[in-house]
Amino acid sequence: MSPGGLVRRWSPPLALIALIVAAWQFYSAHGNLGEDVLPGPGRVLAQGWEHRGDLWTNTLPTLRATLAGFGLSLAVGFGLSVLIDVSAALRRALTPVLVVTQTLPLIAIAPLVVLWFGFDLLPKVLLVAFVTFFPITVALTEGYAAADPDSEALLRSMGAGRWRIFRILRVPTAVPFFFAGLRIAITYAVVAAIFAEYAGATTGLGIYMQNAKNSFRTDLVLAAVGVSAALTLALFALTFAAERLLAPWTRAGRDA
Amino acid sequence: MTSVEIRGLNRSFDGVPVLKDLSLDVPEGEFVSILGPSGSGKSTMFSVLTGALAPSSGQVLLDGRPLAERPGRFAYMPQRDALLPWRRIIDNATLGLEIAGVRRAEARRRVEPLLETFGLAGYERSYPARLSGGMRQRAALLRTVVQERDVLLLDEPFGALDALTRTRMQQWVEGVWERYRWTVLLITHDVREAIFLSDRVYVFSPRPATVVKEVLVDLPRPRTLETVTDPKFVEIEAELLGTLLEERL
Repeated sequence: MSPGGLVRRWSPPLALIALIVAAWQFYSAHGNLGEDVLPGPGRVLAQGWEHRGDLWTNTLPTLRATLAGFGLSLAVGFGLSVLIDVSAALRRALTPVLVVTQTLPLIAIAPLVVLWFGFDLLPKVLLVAFVTFFPITVALTEGYAAADPDSEALLRSMGAGRWRIFRILRVPTAVPFFFAGLRIAITYAVVAAIFAEYAGATTGLGIYMQNAKNSFRTDLVLAAVGVSAALTLALFALTFAAERLLAPWTRAGRDA
Repeated sequence: MTSVEIRGLNRSFDGVPVLKDLSLDVPEGEFVSILGPSGSGKSTMFSVLTGALAPSSGQVLLDGRPLAERPGRFAYMPQRDALLPWRRIIDNATLGLEIAGVRRAEARRRVEPLLETFGLAGYERSYPARLSGGMRQRAALLRTVVQERDVLLLDEPFGALDALTRTRMQQWVEGVWERYRWTVLLITHDVREAIFLSDRVYVFSPRPATVVKEVLVDLPRPRTLETVTDPKFVEIEAELLGTLLEERL
């Protein structure tokens, strides 16, 4: 991209972020909350940097839970999408159940999952998967259904069976859909991991935030929030990199 | 190579007849076209030939034997090119061979010598989105012919191309066909295209489809730009067009 293009692309978001940070700084210094309750961005950054060791050691378990949970979510999401695509009866059976899972309030479920599976990695992995599998399943299912009927007729005329058609036509058709679903899911993943830690854990950003809040260190709570946002942004960016790598024929791939 | 005889074919959908007592011949090594109004059931006939649909009655004979005994003898080219966007041109071209169980290296070895003829040399590593409409159609035709089936079924292959590209493609196909002499059954609603390419043209009625006219095109080959102004060409064109326009009413 040309320097002019870079400026055009990045100046609007940077300007907006700068505006928000400035307003935050101003309100923190001159508002009626006081610097302890609403610390300014400068103090959050400085304190975050000072406690970077603690923050880092608590980021790692959150990242681990996020990635493991997301891995499980991909496996489950793909498995469910195949079942739904294979049989109309299974689709009718599964769809309402899957939708209902998404109506369960996490705030009630998370403590129960911790109660059942303990304070280790497992309940976090399960909760992250629980929160993120749905957009992946839906995206894949709709992707399969978008397969071109002409191509399907063609493959059949070539003697391809159902499974062959699924593999050669339907799965690749679903890839761009999959990445759209993946990007929705990934924005939930870190938050879900933190929420799971909130419900019961020994380390992690969720616990770190809770402890900081309990000792009235709002600056450190916000620093941890910043880390979690950065984590999500990084994972989000990774999905584009993965799409370029795995789907070079799509728009994301062609830009490369 | 194989000759195809279609005898008294009937097919209905939900009681509505789409093919009615349809009979036609595609002799071995001939280029045969079917002209007919849109939605006249031409594509239904193709589906019967490829085995995707069973006829309600009637039969299809290949070299005098029923189709059911000899499945997979037709290579089908759908209306739109149906190239898979995630496969490079070479991998699209080898698709049929791959499904037939030919190993990838062997499939590529069979396709590569044809790339030049099909005007695709240098593009084998490109994705379809990078190619022009004409090139995509040539790639789709390449994918069809390398399957080495006995009969090619071409379903309005040039319908989506602009007029100029279309004329170029017709001339190119005519040339390539003379070299390989495939047995071809082409669906089109372009009268000139049918005459220019074919040895024999059938005209279908509107739905339910049946043959209302059969015309032998004994114009000399190779056919060129001059062919279309040959009095015989013009005469056949008028005859076919007349039949089609009559049938519409």
